[in-house]
Amino acid sequence: MKMTTTKFEPSITTRPVYGILEPQQGSAHLMIADGEGAGAILDLFARAGQQGIDLRPSTHLIYVTAANGTDLSDELSRLGVAKFYHGPTLAAAMSRITKALTDASMGLQIYLAGTESLIGVAQSEAMKAGFPHDGMQTEHRGSLARRVQCVHCKGITENVKTDPYVCSHCGLSLYVRDHYSRRIAAFQGVNIDAEDPGQVPDMVEKFT
Amino acid sequence: MSAGATRFPAIVAEVTEINNLIKTFRFVREDGAEVPPFSGGSHIVVEMDDDGTRRLNPYSLMSDPADTGGYSISVRREDGGRGGSRFMHTRVKPGMTMTISYPVNLFPIDGRAKKHLLLAGGIGITPFMAHMAQLSERNQIFELHYGAASRAVGQFGDRLRKHYGDRIHLYYDDEGTMMDLPSLLRGQPAGTHLYVCGPKGMINAVMKIAREAGWPRGALHSEEFLAPPVGLPFEVELANSGKTVQVGAAQSLLEAIEAAGVNAPYLCRGGACGQCECEVAAVDGEIEHNDHWLTPEEKASNSKIMPCVSRFKGQRLVLNL
Ligand code: FES
Repeated sequence: MKMTTTKFEPSITTRPVYGILEPQQGSAHLMIADGEGAGAILDLFARAGQQGIDLRPSTHLIYVTAANGTDLSDELSRLGVAKFYHGPTLAAAMSRITKALTDASMGLQIYLAGTESLIGVAQSEAMKAGFPHDGMQTEHRGSLARRVQCVHCKGITENVKTDPYVCSHCGLSLYVRDHYSRRIAAFQGVNIDAEDPGQVPDMVEKFT
Repeated sequence: MSAGATRFPAIVAEVTEINNLIKTFRFVREDGAEVPPFSGGSHIVVEMDDDGTRRLNPYSLMSDPADTGGYSISVRREDGGRGGSRFMHTRVKPGMTMTISYPVNLFPIDGRAKKHLLLAGGIGITPFMAHMAQLSERNQIFELHYGAASRAVGQFGDRLRKHYGDRIHLYYDDEGTMMDLPSLLRGQPAGTHLYVCGPKGMINAVMKIAREAGWPRGALHSEEFLAPPVGLPFEVELANSGKTVQVGAAQSLLEAIEAAGVNAPYLCRGGACGQCECEVAAVDGEIEHNDHWLTPEEKASNSKIMPCVSRFKGQRLVLNL
């Protein structure tokens, strides 16, 4: 299991950048994490403890098992936060996340940790609820597999590890761009053999 | 290069005394045509010829943006000021022609907000009057909290109350009613944006409480036009145009530069927009930075100055202008 913070190569400006979760002042704290993101949450509480801040009474923690099976819910449940939920998938937790965001008051601190898919989806949900982009913290942990939208059929494929990949909806071979849409929380996949059909380069595992 | 926004001649159609401190002015076009459109939060710059001294003061538009027949502004008389507000109060009469600028908006509504929380202090109410006309026309949720010294000087309050009902909350110092900022900022639903306009002390207090309560910066908006402060006269050298300019006690550095025939850029003339930022070529003395544009580091380094509000005390100041 990889517990260190992921390093990213420099890229274009729409490529999301992630930081390290820091305890913040606020009326309430909403934390959403998947898989190895649990490590970032544990580190956050350790840091808060060192600073003499007790986040637990005002924390709502929503944790889901990662697409790769990583499940650290036992460690998280021992934190003793006011509200803890553990779900099998992000999809299963979605209505809870939406409700937590729309019921919230301004002053809510939002912490997102784990895979890019989880961070992206939660971030765009928070923005829909009206939280500005600068109002949340993110920390990337775990798999770099991407959530990619095919620009041709608009179908979204989760957990893309290779470049190129085959669109799970229309079957085209797609090149994975670094271009990222915050609105749909996905990278962009563009047909790679449009000019010379059939000339598809080998798939390379790039996002592991 | 033309400095500032485009200007045009306008006729003073109406002057209304709101109370002994505040007057409202309405400007229309000379040719009777519609005025250029604006959005809530915009200001115009009004030019005054004060016995040979040219003053350009920014004022927020308070009229309904849907009203394209003219612009309305309110001016509070500041007797300790440099004379701009006194000129507006004592010399401007209906029928007069004045030069005004096209509207510029440095304080717009954020369209992504689900609710707009408007906080006004004193004459800081004016941009919100335009905002509220626009917000209510678009059926957006808003709430105004308006504090003034007394009911007598805050007469817009009753008018707004009549118009917008219980969305308007009024507070008067002399009646001992005060905004309870911490609890007001604690109870706002997700997606609320906060806007504050008023005296510096109020803006600072609101921003501090909001940050402590965990509001993200992206949801906080403020506007404070500083009136250029009066001070001691000083001299400035303009390196590029080869001129030496005297700045009078009641004149701003920007006004003195303009009076010398040098075109310098500006938009807000109140230390807020950053447009007039100017490089300092040499300095022997102390720059009095009065803006809220430059960072504390930039101010300390004395490498830049905002001529619309800042002044100088010392031996020699040379600007790249
Ligand atoms: S003109 Fe806007 S800061 Fe000087």
